[in-house]
Amino acid sequence: MSALIKHTPLPDRPPPSSQTGIVHWAKQHLFSSTTNSLLTLASFYVLFLLVPPLVNWALLSATLEGTDRSACEANGGGACWTFIKIRFNQIMFGLYYGSHPEQIWRPVLAFFMLIGLVAPLFIERFSYKGLLAGFILLIFPFIAFALIHGAWLGLPVAETNEWGGFMLTFILSIVGIIAALPLGILLALGRRSELPVVRSFCVFFIELWRGTPLITVLFMASVLLPLFFPSGVDLDKVLRALIGITLFQSAYTAEAIRGGLQAIPKGQFEAADALGLAYWEKMTFIILPQALKISIPGIVNTFIELFKDTTLVSIIGLLDLLNMSQTAAQSAEWRGYDTEAYIFAAFIFWIFCYGMSRYSQNLETKLDRGHKN
Amino acid sequence: MTKHSDHSIEISGLNKWYGDFHVLKDIDLNVSMGERIVICGPSGSGKSTLIRCLNHLEEHQEGTIIVDGVELNNDVKNIEKVRREVGMVFQHFNLFPHLTVLENCTLAPIWVRKTPKKDAQAEAMEYLERVRIPEQANKYPGQLSGGQQQRVAIARSLCMKPRIMLFDEPTSALDPEMISEVLDVMTDLAKTGMTMMVVTHEMGFAKQVADRVIFMDYGEIVEQAAPDEFFNNPKHERTQLFLSQILAH
Ligand SMILES: Nc1ncnc2c1ncn2[C@@H]1O[C@H](COP(=O)(O)OP(=O)(O)O)[C@@H](O)[C@H]1O
Ligand SMILES: [Mg+2]
Repeated sequence: MSALIKHTPLPDRPPPSSQTGIVHWAKQHLFSSTTNSLLTLASFYVLFLLVPPLVNWALLSATLEGTDRSACEANGGGACWTFIKIRFNQIMFGLYYGSHPEQIWRPVLAFFMLIGLVAPLFIERFSYKGLLAGFILLIFPFIAFALIHGAWLGLPVAETNEWGGFMLTFILSIVGIIAALPLGILLALGRRSELPVVRSFCVFFIELWRGTPLITVLFMASVLLPLFFPSGVDLDKVLRALIGITLFQSAYTAEAIRGGLQAIPKGQFEAADALGLAYWEKMTFIILPQALKISIPGIVNTFIELFKDTTLVSIIGLLDLLNMSQTAAQSAEWRGYDTEAYIFAAFIFWIFCYGMSRYSQNLETKLDRGHKN
Repeated sequence: MTKHSDHSIEISGLNKWYGDFHVLKDIDLNVSMGERIVICGPSGSGKSTLIRCLNHLEEHQEGTIIVDGVELNNDVKNIEKVRREVGMVFQHFNLFPHLTVLENCTLAPIWVRKTPKKDAQAEAMEYLERVRIPEQANKYPGQLSGGQQQRVAIARSLCMKPRIMLFDEPTSALDPEMISEVLDVMTDLAKTGMTMMVVTHEMGFAKQVADRVIFMDYGEIVEQAAPDEFFNNPKHERTQLFLSQILAH
């Protein structure tokens, strides 16, 4: 056999420098055409008009010192963050914890327990996900309630009608989303069921809630729900809101999951069938793990909506983050500082919603990449 | 319950429609225990539909199908029974992408056959060795080549210890250099005496392995014969035309 020619592959080179660098970036993104250049300049002008006064008000001439409004009045002009500082506990944790700051460790502990419990669910190779999810769903709510409400464990009682602020917003939305998840899974599966009765029921249920504004749902939860219970049973107001929110949210969760289910190739169902897996085995081990993963961005998006929509609980007299901020600004001590209250509430909402939205975008990119191989 | 006959599969008077479209017409076919059948025919002739009826991935409207002594009707118990005994390999592998190769292979034995996990894993490793990829056991399907994935799919089916194996164009989605590694595995399997029904256009495989070659066109079985007879002496015009087209390149 004669000697063969050996081929050495060419080494990789970096791209030409005209493709990188800040000048190149600006050319590409800000000044790529006449229209684009004009828009860029106009935007810069608007920013120039808006940003300096805003920064001046919110930061440069703002007041943070002191413990009452006199400090702010002395300073004049800028924002009065002293108000937020003094009423921070009330705005974040509601009336009870606002006036019992030494008890605030209770909701904080519950919050971090939840984070600690949920985090392992996102570890790919963690193998007790089912068990942990069961614990979070069935046992943790009681622990959290015991901590925040008290009475058990000898803790002083914080009545639910004194819950409020960010804590209430968080409880309403997190319980809403978590409790809606199993319900949403069942509804999504039911909507694709081959049994007409099951399918029609699920379609009816989903469309009923999707066709009703949350504000109506909350109203009905507070007015209608008590009719279904024997008189004398006084359903807790927060619990009523939670039931309404959960049912409402389950419809949106179901639709997000249905999208995920539709994205699963038919071949996955067929392979599971061909192996002899029964319906629930097929769904539990093959279809749902894949479908839920795809649905996470959608579920996070509905969660963001819900998180903001919880402000509507004011209609049934609950003081969430927004309403608690407003209430604080209406107290005699701090009358007139509504702007600060609204901006602070908006800021907290924004931090959480933006964080979740970034998370869901990251996930989407990650999932896209995952699908390509 | 299981009736004893020397037929692994008995199909008689089988008719199936998709809406108005008559996709399978008066199919009669008996397959003996251990027989290896290759089905070929033009695209759309109903080959996939036929073998998918055999594990009730598709429902038929007329006729009877008896697989391993169990009649396929709307009785879910029967369907489950048949699916336990019939393995299927798909054109696009259909591995479970979120499970490792080993998990793909042990899931059904553990849940359907109730095999203890340790035993299921040991058996899965045996089958992965038989398809020559034991070293990939802990990888995910996405990390494997097409040929490797298809061999995993075969191992996954075999882990259920089926008595019948169905193959639907198992090499059609593969790059040419990977076809032979899959056909080799299937040839090995044929030597173990497995009853096999294979939809394929790999005529070399048909000549070497098949006991009988079936030609389908427009939802009918047009011709069936031993490979020698089938390739050298086709009786029907349509068979001849098909063979000349497929062997031309
Ligand atoms: N689910 C379905 N609904 C309607 N028509 C179908 C369906 N599946 C297959 N067909 C049609 O039935 C015919 C036979 O399909 P198939 O059995 O897949 O053919 P083959 O495998 O021989 O290529 C084709 O014309 C195809 O378009
Ligand atoms: Mg086909």
